Amino acid sequence: MSIFKILANKPWQQSGQIDNLQGGDVVVMPSARIGLWVFLAVVASLFGLFTSAYHMRAGYADWQQLDAPALLWLNTGVLVLTSVAFQWAWMASRQGKLTAVRDGLTVGGALTMAFLLLQFLAWQQMIAAGYFAYTNPANAFFYLLTGAHALHLLGGLWVWSKTTTRVWAGLDEENAEEVGRVRLRVELCTIYWHFLLLVWLVLFGLMLST
Amino acid sequence: MAYVAIADQGQELSHPHSFVTKYIWSQDHKVIAIQYSITAIAVGLVALGLSFVMRLQLAFPDTFSFIDPSSYYQSVTMHGMIMVIYLLTALFLGGFGNYLIPLQLGARDMVFPFLNMLSYWVYLLSVIVLLASFFVTGGPTGAGWTLYPPQSILPGTPGADWGILLMLLSLAIFIVAFTMGGLNYVTTVLQARTRGMTLMRMPLSVWGIFMATILGLLAFPALFVSAIMMTFDRLLGTSFFMPAVLSLGDQLATDGGSPVLFQHLFWFFGHPEVYIVALPAFGIVSDLLSVHARKNIFGYRMMVWAIVAIGALSFVVWAHHMYVSGMNPYFGFFFATTTLIIAVPTAIKVYNWVLTLWKGDIHLTVPMLFAIGFIFTFINGGLTGLFLGNVVVDLPLSDTYFVVAHFHLVMGVSPVLVVCGAIYHWYPKLAGRMLNDTLGQVHFWLTFIGTYVIYFPMYYLGILGLPRRYYSNGVTEFIPESVGSVNVAITTAALFVGIAQLLFVVNLITSLRFGKKADPNPWRATTLEWQTPQTPPDHGNWGPELPQVYRWAYDYSVPGAAEDFTPQNEPPPGQAA
Repeated sequence: MSIFKILANKPWQQSGQIDNLQGGDVVVMPSARIGLWVFLAVVASLFGLFTSAYHMRAGYADWQQLDAPALLWLNTGVLVLTSVAFQWAWMASRQGKLTAVRDGLTVGGALTMAFLLLQFLAWQQMIAAGYFAYTNPANAFFYLLTGAHALHLLGGLWVWSKTTTRVWAGLDEENAEEVGRVRLRVELCTIYWHFLLLVWLVLFGLMLST
Repeated sequence: MAYVAIADQGQELSHPHSFVTKYIWSQDHKVIAIQYSITAIAVGLVALGLSFVMRLQLAFPDTFSFIDPSSYYQSVTMHGMIMVIYLLTALFLGGFGNYLIPLQLGARDMVFPFLNMLSYWVYLLSVIVLLASFFVTGGPTGAGWTLYPPQSILPGTPGADWGILLMLLSLAIFIVAFTMGGLNYVTTVLQARTRGMTLMRMPLSVWGIFMATILGLLAFPALFVSAIMMTFDRLLGTSFFMPAVLSLGDQLATDGGSPVLFQHLFWFFGHPEVYIVALPAFGIVSDLLSVHARKNIFGYRMMVWAIVAIGALSFVVWAHHMYVSGMNPYFGFFFATTTLIIAVPTAIKVYNWVLTLWKGDIHLTVPMLFAIGFIFTFINGGLTGLFLGNVVVDLPLSDTYFVVAHFHLVMGVSPVLVVCGAIYHWYPKLAGRMLNDTLGQVHFWLTFIGTYVIYFPMYYLGILGLPRRYYSNGVTEFIPESVGSVNVAITTAALFVGIAQLLFVVNLITSLRFGKKADPNPWRATTLEWQTPQTPPDHGNWGPELPQVYRWAYDYSVPGAAEDFTPQNEPPPGQAA
């Protein structure tokens, strides 16, 4: 379904019934997944622009590389574990093992909350050590980028909480529609968490290297 | 697991029962569209009033006690920001997008109706926050809609205390609202088309809005980033954009920041933004022209290619707004080249519009008048874009009235003519009544001729060198006395054009009650929105069964056909529905 193929066809010559939606290959996908990918494109654009602003600003004379607190390495590890937990939940949902789904979701959410608390702790360490936002642009970017990332995780936790409470409330395993809905939600949460892990790795790498 | 396409599954809509859930907390795209439109037009009338403040000062300097430099610059800023973002973007995408996309695609509603409803209320919140800046200490920001630092957050610029913060907050809230809406428009176009509605059978209105939404989703983050960073600079004293600077005689603690960084981020958003306004207008005017000329749009495929190409190219032209920022001349050369390249698909569209009219069965209805008016004003304003797109010619014209005339004609007049034409065109659909034709004619002629009188002289003022955003020119040698007379003429014309818009608003309201009852398809159009079982369409739009589409959107005056139009959902001859 390439854009070139679509733009090459001649609709005025094609009157009549076309049974599938694209007159060719059909990509049938739940709307929520398309919605998530579009949203991820927006978030990628946001962090991409933060990154170019970072690069532009880092080129100026007053830039001093950030002394990243060692705590951030632990936080990175915790975030990796959250992705692992969600991935486990997703794989379990595909095999219909709902108890494992429930456990995976709970662990993932709990670890995410731990990550956010640890990030806040890292902020406090920075402030206690005298690294304020206004003293140096690298510091300012540190607070800005970690803050933006954390806010996106918080938003994800909102969706996670709705999914997890539904799973804890118990599912009728025979009802394929309900199971399918939960499966989709777990999948979308997992994709979102993997994406935010990728964003974090890029941001962390950026702050360590410039 | 196999997923069933939306067109084949019963879309579960919420079924509202009370007045509040039907008309206030509504998830129906048609109600949300009208909510967006009313809010956008209301705030646009506020901005129109602000333009009168500017015009009164320019024509009759130092006559009015309520106009001083601060209030002048605040009017300039708020007029610009409201018109570009809170009126045009919200109206084209939130208003027209919400109304037309599901109806023209044969869907029952948007794919995320709750998110859609939320997007309107968050938009309304952003408008309230913006208007609140009129009531805080220091008033709204007077930094110009471009909000360039360092001035925008330093004392000396009006609103540097609270106004700028409320503006930045309002923009951030708007971007959240727009992202929610944008997710809906893109996903609905990709997912919820009815059977037989391929992408290349969609009307150009949908293509224009679809591409504009994609542009917005990718470009608004740039504004968001710059707004957050400017808020940090203002509140936390960071130096993202703030260089070493003296303010009121004291050196500030900031150092090392780059105002040009803000300009890059802002215009990376700002240029796609003008196409976010223009592309839906292009799409809609194509449909208006073909319906009222009873002729298929000339070169439909090229029109779609052009919309896609303009969208893609719009991301690589931004620094043509920055030729005078002191940047490397080689960058200027690059951006001038891309700017001239983007003129090519735009010109192709203009040729195709004119060729659509050529030998068409033209009905000079009010929508058609507005559509033809669009072609005139867009060509006029667009040609002067070629002047401004070239670096050397732009240097003396930058920040003069030449630029003001250019962008008003291409962004203010042309898209607004399309908005008016589109409202006259679709009002019978959403209200079941026709708008008054005489009032419509008066509205059109006053607006069309009036806006020429307003903006065409500004080209001459710009070539003279008259700078923009000046509260008063004082006694300046290169500005002759006649400039004052020209300004009086422009202001007078502006007053008449303003009255014409009020006539339009009166028409909108009174026709709800007293307008002639409309046929379900008064313009005999082929697109799906005119084929709904009820007018205005009920909740769910199509009754028990979604339509089936058999042809593209432009079967007008087909040789050999019984009528001069064939609806998209009419089966080919010899085949039962």
